Amino acid sequence: MAELQLKSWRFRVEREDDWRRLEALLRKAESKSASALTDEEILAMPVLYRSALSSLSVARATSLDRGLVEYLENLSTRAYFFVYGARSTLGSRLQSFFARDWPRTIAGLWRETLASFALLAIGVIAGYVLTGQDPDWFYSFIPAGMAGGRDPTASTESLRATLYGADHDGLSVFATFLFTHNAQVALLAFALGFAFCLPSALLVAYQGATLGAFVWLFVNRGLGFEAIGWLAIHGVTELFAIVLAGAAGIRIGWATAFPGERPRLEAAAAAGKTAGVAMGGVVAMLFVAGMLEGFGRQLITLDLARYGVAAATAVMWGLYFYWPRRREALDGAR
Amino acid sequence: MARAEAIRKPGGDAPLVRELITPEGVDLRLQLGDAGQRASAFLLDGAFIVLALIVMTIAAIGAAIASGFKEAGAEVALIVWLLGAFLLRNAYFLAFELTPRAATPGKRIMGLRVAARDGGRLTADAVFARNALRELEVFLPMSVLAAQAQSGDVEGWMWLLALIWSCIFVFMPLFNRDRLRCGDLVGGTWVVRTPKRKLEQDLADDALLRLKRFAFSPAQLDAYGVKELHVLEDVLRVRHRATMAEVAGRIRRKIAWVAAPAEDDEDFLNAYYAALRGRLEARLLMGKRRADKHDKS
Repeated sequence: MAELQLKSWRFRVEREDDWRRLEALLRKAESKSASALTDEEILAMPVLYRSALSSLSVARATSLDRGLVEYLENLSTRAYFFVYGARSTLGSRLQSFFARDWPRTIAGLWRETLASFALLAIGVIAGYVLTGQDPDWFYSFIPAGMAGGRDPTASTESLRATLYGADHDGLSVFATFLFTHNAQVALLAFALGFAFCLPSALLVAYQGATLGAFVWLFVNRGLGFEAIGWLAIHGVTELFAIVLAGAAGIRIGWATAFPGERPRLEAAAAAGKTAGVAMGGVVAMLFVAGMLEGFGRQLITLDLARYGVAAATAVMWGLYFYWPRRREALDGAR
Repeated sequence: MARAEAIRKPGGDAPLVRELITPEGVDLRLQLGDAGQRASAFLLDGAFIVLALIVMTIAAIGAAIASGFKEAGAEVALIVWLLGAFLLRNAYFLAFELTPRAATPGKRIMGLRVAARDGGRLTADAVFARNALRELEVFLPMSVLAAQAQSGDVEGWMWLLALIWSCIFVFMPLFNRDRLRCGDLVGGTWVVRTPKRKLEQDLADDALLRLKRFAFSPAQLDAYGVKELHVLEDVLRVRHRATMAEVAGRIRRKIAWVAAPAEDDEDFLNAYYAALRGRLEARLLMGKRRADKHDKS
């Protein structure tokens, strides 16, 4: 044979160093983080990536060394994910999330929010009316564990005591437990939306029914004003969060059930991203609610002060989500 | 931005290969993780979480004992435990998949990573949506199972229906060809294989120089095509002695090669590999790709 070495072999020998360099950079970036790379290495990465891609094209066309082609495919894919992957830091992501993405998404979900809110209201009314007609309903809405002795058989005095519990021990544990429990319920309400909305809707309505039955019990004993203050101090935030979680679930379920002109998968993915943003914030909201419930409610025992806090949170969330934002702020978000 | 379409590659031997055209116009031929790899990765992650929970519980109990069960100390330990368990359950997957590697430790071990299905950037909201749906896929079925343990067989049928219903979500990846679970559907993501691969030695490395004594005629080199060349490459990389002897025997018969006394099978195969590759690559440059030995082009 005239030439003793293969063209593909020479091709490999000439470029191998570049590939190995790219591989080393990738290993460094993947095992630590992108910030472990020096400026020089960051600048070299896209160049090396493009050269690996062009090597891949050449190798596919001219080389029959399968080991080499597969190696280059793998290397190019890893480099592709690095070069075109997300690079923003967690801090800047969080900042843009709370400053723009989240309130904008929530404002965009207003239809679903209204629907979800209506479901909650229906639940409250149903719970209130049904329990009023037959107190036995109370037990079907509120599990005994959650009622904690606050049921129709309790005396008015003991009910009053639960509203102004002077017992401050274990407050922070209580707050933490409430937060984790509520966040889990909200995440479930969201995830259930995937099954065509219905389970989400049911869960929200059920929460409303629980609330309605609870309010009925206290109103029945002439403690309505006090009980609503006790609930509202954290409930405004918490129920709003649950309404939003339900709204996010409805958005997904609706897109899955009625995708419109787009393919079903695409519609579900688009809705999922919107709803995902909304849910990230809902967890943060529930954290605030947990704090208010665990600390605020136990430490503030004056009814009017409780109403004041509730009104303040309502105004605050309302303004934060629905205050019209300037156009460029919206455009900057994408 | 790049475009990826779920196109089944012709040939059928790699049903999990998908097209991903980079902005530079090269198809990366992504390989999706199969159901087994996905399940193993998840079980590994689950094991890590349980392990962390156990360690955390022991630490919390230890802290409570160390504080002599005084209220403040025990309280802090309990708070840390509650928050830690919550974070493990919800933030473990989220935090790891938001890193540049876009993979949890379990996925890393299995050589998997999460990627956006449209080939674009993997955004935080996509990762969040994908992992929030775990509530439906993992924790709901688990609580359904646990509910049975508590309530006995009173509502057996309801329980069975709930179980079937939740199993649809658990086994979703088996029902579609892209192996998408519910979270992937909603997040617009999929899980691809990016194992670390080493650049292996070129089998034609100076084989022609070193093994000059093997001189094959063009007719002998025309016996096989690309497919057989790749099989030969596999055989040479594995270097299993009996297989090499078997393959060398077959090739010698097929090309009517008269073996020199004490001719080494590996040397023979190596030389034939290099010569065959040279021949096929030369024809490839002329635009003729001979697929296999039956290809008469």
